[in-house]
Amino acid sequence: MSLVKLTGIHKSYGDNEVLKGIDLKVNEGQVVALIGRSGSGKSTLLRTINGLERINQGSIEVDGACVDPGQSDLRALRLKVGMVFQQFNLFPHLTAGQNVMLAPVVVKKQSKADVRTIAEEALAKVGLADKFDAYPDQLSGGQQQRVAIARSLAMKPRVMLCDEITSALDPELVNEVLAVVRKLAEEGMTLLLVTHEMRFAREVCDTLVFMHKGRIAEQGAPEEVFTKPATPELAQFIGMVTER
Amino acid sequence: MPEFTTWDILYNLILAARWTVVLSILAFICGGIAGLLVLLGRVSPLPWLRRTMNLYIELFQGTPLLMQIFIVFFAFPLMGVETTAWTAAVVALTLFTSAYLAEIWRGCVESVPKGQWEASESLAMSFTEQMRYVILPQALRVAVPPTVGFSVQVIKGTAVTSIIGFVELTKAGTMITNATFQPFLVYGLVGLLYFALCYPLSVYAKRLERTLHVAR
Ligand SMILES: Nc1ncnc2c1ncn2[C@@H]1O[C@H](COP(=O)(O)OP(=O)(O)OP(=O)(O)O)[C@@H](O)[C@H]1O
Ligand SMILES: [Mg+2]
Repeated sequence: MSLVKLTGIHKSYGDNEVLKGIDLKVNEGQVVALIGRSGSGKSTLLRTINGLERINQGSIEVDGACVDPGQSDLRALRLKVGMVFQQFNLFPHLTAGQNVMLAPVVVKKQSKADVRTIAEEALAKVGLADKFDAYPDQLSGGQQQRVAIARSLAMKPRVMLCDEITSALDPELVNEVLAVVRKLAEEGMTLLLVTHEMRFAREVCDTLVFMHKGRIAEQGAPEEVFTKPATPELAQFIGMVTER
Repeated sequence: MPEFTTWDILYNLILAARWTVVLSILAFICGGIAGLLVLLGRVSPLPWLRRTMNLYIELFQGTPLLMQIFIVFFAFPLMGVETTAWTAAVVALTLFTSAYLAEIWRGCVESVPKGQWEASESLAMSFTEQMRYVILPQALRVAVPPTVGFSVQVIKGTAVTSIIGFVELTKAGTMITNATFQPFLVYGLVGLLYFALCYPLSVYAKRLERTLHVAR
């Protein structure tokens, strides 16, 4: 059974139909990269999966928690889905440790002592065990993004969504974040990432999903997709990317 | 006709000014609490609640405070609720203050970047949890200077309650003028006393604002 199952997702902003019927299944432990041109709907798709965007039609199922357009209680879904953003979005008034501890304490009502251990483990996993008491503005972009990953991890999500999480970083900081993602993938975390890092997608992901104009135009194993694109759009996209 | 020295006048005005201070503090505290509730409604995810609170704010910002005091003072008894000048003054100023503070604070809440809402939302926090732990602590920082600044408006607003017979600084000034026939002296002193109350607050508000900008 798939962990994430999207069926017939439609999403419009006014007259602009951004997602035109998306079907996608992600299995436990699978690492999926979403690629495609700017405006093809990658972010929108990702954001529908944890209910940041409401869908007009279709259904989203994550490990038994289900949403459809009429449903308003998204808590069950969000407990299973973690998200990391391009802009990190750390809480600036809290230290790294407090950032990581907040949701488990407030949302899951776990005891502070337990959560402290979880938070220390999560920060250690992203290589920032020594930054527990640092405020976000005392950290580099790469460190902030890793705290954001730890914050998401501490909620023990079943799947993590990452939307271009290295795009706001200086080039020299990209690798430390990608290394963390790679480690998560190796440990069996289910990941759905929007990325422009084609080499990374090729190495780490087991499935590539190419989106074009609100539809999934192609999907498959990275080597397959990269070497034998079936559609001219993908061929062009790959050409475009490798040229850069 | 007894003789009033300037000192007598000032002494009596200061006694009355205590009521201006008490009324201001009460209105500010009650208005602050009510304002927080209005704010929560104003930025809540429920459209009908947002609209209702917006109407509330518009209503109190779009009518003179004097009208609001009249309505509380004269309309409540018609509905069978007994009011004294004191309760009418507190209630009217509380409503007035809550509407303005809610609107000031809404601006502060909206200055918190959208990403903060999204990050906390995707951590499965409810609206109240987001407000309590993520949004308000950040909004509070920018809210302090305009809030202190607005307290000056509340103090000046209390003058209007003299119209329904509540004896605070302005009303006392009128009464003393009627007895002494020295309007320039009396109202001059009244003005000075208001200034003595308001000026430190507005200086303080400005200083807070400056330190906030430096901290950024
Ligand atoms: N909040 C919004 N309101 C209106 N239109 C939006 C909104 N968010 C996205 N869109 C539109 O939806 C379309 C898809 O946007 P989306 O952000 O999903 O693309 P993307 O594939 O993530 O692109 P990029 O690579 O630039 O991030 C675009 O045409 C965009 O203008
Ligand atoms: Mg995007």
